[in-house]
Amino acid sequence: MDLIIGGFKEALNLLVHLDRESLSITLRSLLVSGSAILISLLIGIPIGTLLGLSRFPGKRIIVSLINTGMGVPPVAVGLAVTLFLWRSGPLGWMNLLYTSTGMVIAQVIISLPIVTGISVAAIQNLNPNLCLQTLSLGANKWQLFIILICDARLPILAAIMAGFGSVISEVGAVMMVGGNIKGHTRVLTTAIVTETRMGHFNMAIALCIILLVISFLINLILTYVQQKR
Amino acid sequence: MRFILVFIAVLTFVPQVIFASPKDIILATTTSTQDSGLLDVLIPIFEKQSIYRVKTIAVGTGEALALGRRGEVDVLLVHSPKDEMEFVESGLGINRRPVMHNDFVIVGPKDDPAKIKGKALLSALKFIISYKSTFISRGDNSGTDKKEKNLWEKVGAKPEKGVYIETGQGMGETLRIADQKMGYTLTDRGTYLALKETLDLVIMAEGNKELFNPYSVIEVNPAKFPKVHSSGARAFSDFIVSPEVQEIIRNFGKEKFGQSLFFPDAK
Repeated sequence: MDLIIGGFKEALNLLVHLDRESLSITLRSLLVSGSAILISLLIGIPIGTLLGLSRFPGKRIIVSLINTGMGVPPVAVGLAVTLFLWRSGPLGWMNLLYTSTGMVIAQVIISLPIVTGISVAAIQNLNPNLCLQTLSLGANKWQLFIILICDARLPILAAIMAGFGSVISEVGAVMMVGGNIKGHTRVLTTAIVTETRMGHFNMAIALCIILLVISFLINLILTYVQQKR
Repeated sequence: MRFILVFIAVLTFVPQVIFASPKDIILATTTSTQDSGLLDVLIPIFEKQSIYRVKTIAVGTGEALALGRRGEVDVLLVHSPKDEMEFVESGLGINRRPVMHNDFVIVGPKDDPAKIKGKALLSALKFIISYKSTFISRGDNSGTDKKEKNLWEKVGAKPEKGVYIETGQGMGETLRIADQKMGYTLTDRGTYLALKETLDLVIMAEGNKELFNPYSVIEVNPAKFPKVHSSGARAFSDFIVSPEVQEIIRNFGKEKFGQSLFFPDAK
């Protein structure tokens, strides 16, 4: 109990004094996961919409694969990405191992199936006449797309929140691909591991609290958008 | 709107690929040098003094050497003499130099169920086996893990499966598990001292020459792996054996723990 209270005190302490390292760790978490979810939604929502609207042989297998992708363990993704980004690996020349960019790539791979899979379901849940009606009113492809995702706003925003939640909280991929290097690739989750390892429990709990608060605030905003009448 | 988003996405990518700095060197080291806090002191000094940035990955000697064998890292700071010598003999590592040493100790719960406190090392280990006491092992191919396996070989036996717990993790976590499970474990003195206040474990056996724990710095051979940043590796290697840094190592921990955590070894 004293540790939890100590954790809260430490969190407040860090915020009030704007502890430089904690601040940079927090910003890095937001940048990495934020970029990842941004890329995921730019790719995932269009693909999900396309898949949701189309019919072709093997569609169910593709969608199954995407849905399976939702549950791939982040640490496995981390390992796979590491194998590619090693100097001896196929993408070694890009020098992306132990960098934030590498971490973003891994997190895109983690969150993309989630965003895509839920988008497919969201689009398939729409009234099938909506598509026809919109097209008959003279909408072009882009306008149709906007209308559809606006109508499916509720589940699509849930997709974004689920995707963001999956990456802001994961530790396996960022640990492997980023290396948890102080000042370069340490994020909130990996910092919590390190502080715990070093016996700094108050600090570890403080970082947990910061992570949860930030996660809540972001989801608050997204939920407001989702629930707007 | 869409373009702004794409722009931001690209911005995350481009800097790394274009500006991937040749001044970044990757140091693979053990969890004990990391968890004791020593590197948090040394790395900033090195970065200030040189043009290089050090990316430290604390993975344990086994993984560090494995990465070195693939040329994935530039310089190693590890503690497993036999494996280090193999690494150098195979031509994959060069310029192996002693940096510092400390010692291993056997720690255990305060009430010492196997009654080993003060006993000679091998005798203490035999008692742990015969009392079926819980023993926590690193189980991760680290320098500490190899030393522990080596000691069991000398004893000629090992604790039973049920009481021999392999954590597969670093020294910090392993000590914590030993603490919670009230078992014995082998640890380097540095990490133990750094975490002592948060643990209920005490030193049971120490001082035996078998428990000597030397650390060396080894550069990965650029002749075998052209992608290695050899000048940076050399700079770090020279840095850590330099007299000034050796002095910092000598004094590290004195203020906080009342004793040195590491003893300098470079000539």
